Amino acid sequence: MTFLSDEKIKEFKIKANEIRTSIILMLLEAKSGHTAGSLGMADIFTLFYFHILKHDPKNPSWEERDRVVLSNGHICPVLYAAMAYSGYFPIEELKTLRKLGSRLQGHPHREYLPFLENSSGPLGSGLSQAAGMALADKIDGKDSDRYIYCFMSDGELDEGNSWEGVMFAGKNKLNNLIAVVDKNNIQIDGNTEKVMPLEPIVDKWRAFNWYVIEVNGHDFKDLDEAVKEAHEVFNKPIVIIAHTIPGKGIKEFEGDYKWHGMPPNKEQAENALKELQDLAFKIKNA
Amino acid sequence: MLNPKLKLNPKMFNQDVEQAPIRKGFGIGLLKVGEEDENVVALCADLVESTQMYLFAEKFPKRFIEMGVAEQNLATVASGMASMGKIPFCSSYAMFSPGRNWEQIRTTIAYNDRKVVVVGSHAGISVGPDGGTHQALEDIALMRVIPNMDVVSPCDSIEAKKATLVLAKTKKPAYLRLAREKTPIITTEETPYKIGKAEIYWMPDVGLAQVGIIATGSLTYKALLAAKELEAIGIKTKVMNLSSISPIDKEAIIALAKESKAIVTVEEHQINGGMGSAIAEVLVQNYPVPIEFIGVENLFGQSGTSDELIKYYHMDVSDIILAVEKVLKRKTS
Repeated sequence: MTFLSDEKIKEFKIKANEIRTSIILMLLEAKSGHTAGSLGMADIFTLFYFHILKHDPKNPSWEERDRVVLSNGHICPVLYAAMAYSGYFPIEELKTLRKLGSRLQGHPHREYLPFLENSSGPLGSGLSQAAGMALADKIDGKDSDRYIYCFMSDGELDEGNSWEGVMFAGKNKLNNLIAVVDKNNIQIDGNTEKVMPLEPIVDKWRAFNWYVIEVNGHDFKDLDEAVKEAHEVFNKPIVIIAHTIPGKGIKEFEGDYKWHGMPPNKEQAENALKELQDLAFKIKNA
Repeated sequence: MLNPKLKLNPKMFNQDVEQAPIRKGFGIGLLKVGEEDENVVALCADLVESTQMYLFAEKFPKRFIEMGVAEQNLATVASGMASMGKIPFCSSYAMFSPGRNWEQIRTTIAYNDRKVVVVGSHAGISVGPDGGTHQALEDIALMRVIPNMDVVSPCDSIEAKKATLVLAKTKKPAYLRLAREKTPIITTEETPYKIGKAEIYWMPDVGLAQVGIIATGSLTYKALLAAKELEAIGIKTKVMNLSSISPIDKEAIIALAKESKAIVTVEEHQINGGMGSAIAEVLVQNYPVPIEFIGVENLFGQSGTSDELIKYYHMDVSDIILAVEKVLKRKTS
């Protein structure tokens, strides 16, 4: 990883805007799916797929690649879009999301899309899988060759399995494991603090022997610095708690929990696409 | 008579027949596969003695992973390790794994197609005094309904060892069902063993069987005792050891039904959804014959000794004999 120039950041902003545009188009076509989390994580996925990850989309089974475990599988539109834009499969294919026979299942399935490290959807089990991968690399002495990244949500921290994984990774000092929590404060039934309070979330992770970094999940520089800091930790697993805005990029969707699992209708999608188009224009001319 | 081709234990009907817990064979087998393949890892949820994983843990401490009492994590960490090329065996009591972590096994192991062997020890009512909370009587049903999952329930310690050796080499996820108590040794090292293959352990000296008895797990021994007693009163039976419940040996089951025209199934499990149900599914579609089921009849267990419970819940030799007599009367021809 190199220092992020303003030029590079502009490039990422444009890419994230394209990914958001694709997310809207995919969800409109699919007529179902998860809008808020997908849009909210677009900046993070852009930075990882175009800057942070050690991967080769033309050689997806490259042994030394970093491993990406998506735990909250329902935000897969952003994963699929980031993968398509980075060259894993044609961007055209994004339109097949949630259709019969598609490689792009409503929740990711690696039997259909073999470039995935895991199938996911049921919440709370991704972190443990990532911890298992990290431990396997420790046993084999491969833990300095690559990182295991686990993208997960705040809502899924309601799951007991999540905390079993947190405890286990802390015990085994898995510093090759980096969890990125999408702290967007919403879940299906409402605000996370109302549904099942998670605060004090930083203290919780620290108490389980993790190294905690908090960042603005829409600030590329912040995020990049956070990952660099994570790579320097030598005796603990690392969690990056990324504060994000659900539905980020579309004013009508931003911050409203109702968009967790709802796709835009035609009119809403048209407005959203217009908004993204205007934003792209502003970024390019800034 | 015992099938002479299978080299079964010739002393199995002796008073002093050698006995060993089925789980013991797993422990010995795991140690052996650990020696043969350094990718084998063992994960345990705070039951290293009971599940017999201690043999592996002592020899290969770096490849043994203590999970604590966290069965959901047990299954999911195993899945992650498998994705990096490890061959994980993960063990707990069957009541907790797959009892508590079924969805994790379904999604992160079977659906995810990660080769993990889920080892459920202390299965069945025979776990005894611990009572109903600890008696897994639903695990065969839970596991055989999952696609891409082999389900294996060995009849004795030696077969459990062989199953462990084979399951370390197969590509598919698997469930290995083990029992706690010592039970008689039925097979020998030379007895053939193959996943997906059912074997006839007992057969009439001459002529055709009037009833086919299909057993799995430790009760296979009771089925053999019943067959011997039935022979003495002139009823000819065949006893099949169906240790591989998935994949199921349809051909052998249909052949047995065609010969005997009546079947009795024997398992230490709920009748609903268990091995007997799997037999019924095969036969009703291919060669329907009357079937009687030996197993637990939609009840939870309770505390007691293994022998007391087997009797109380009607899974003893005398119950198998009664079932054979009943199914004989139901035969149409």
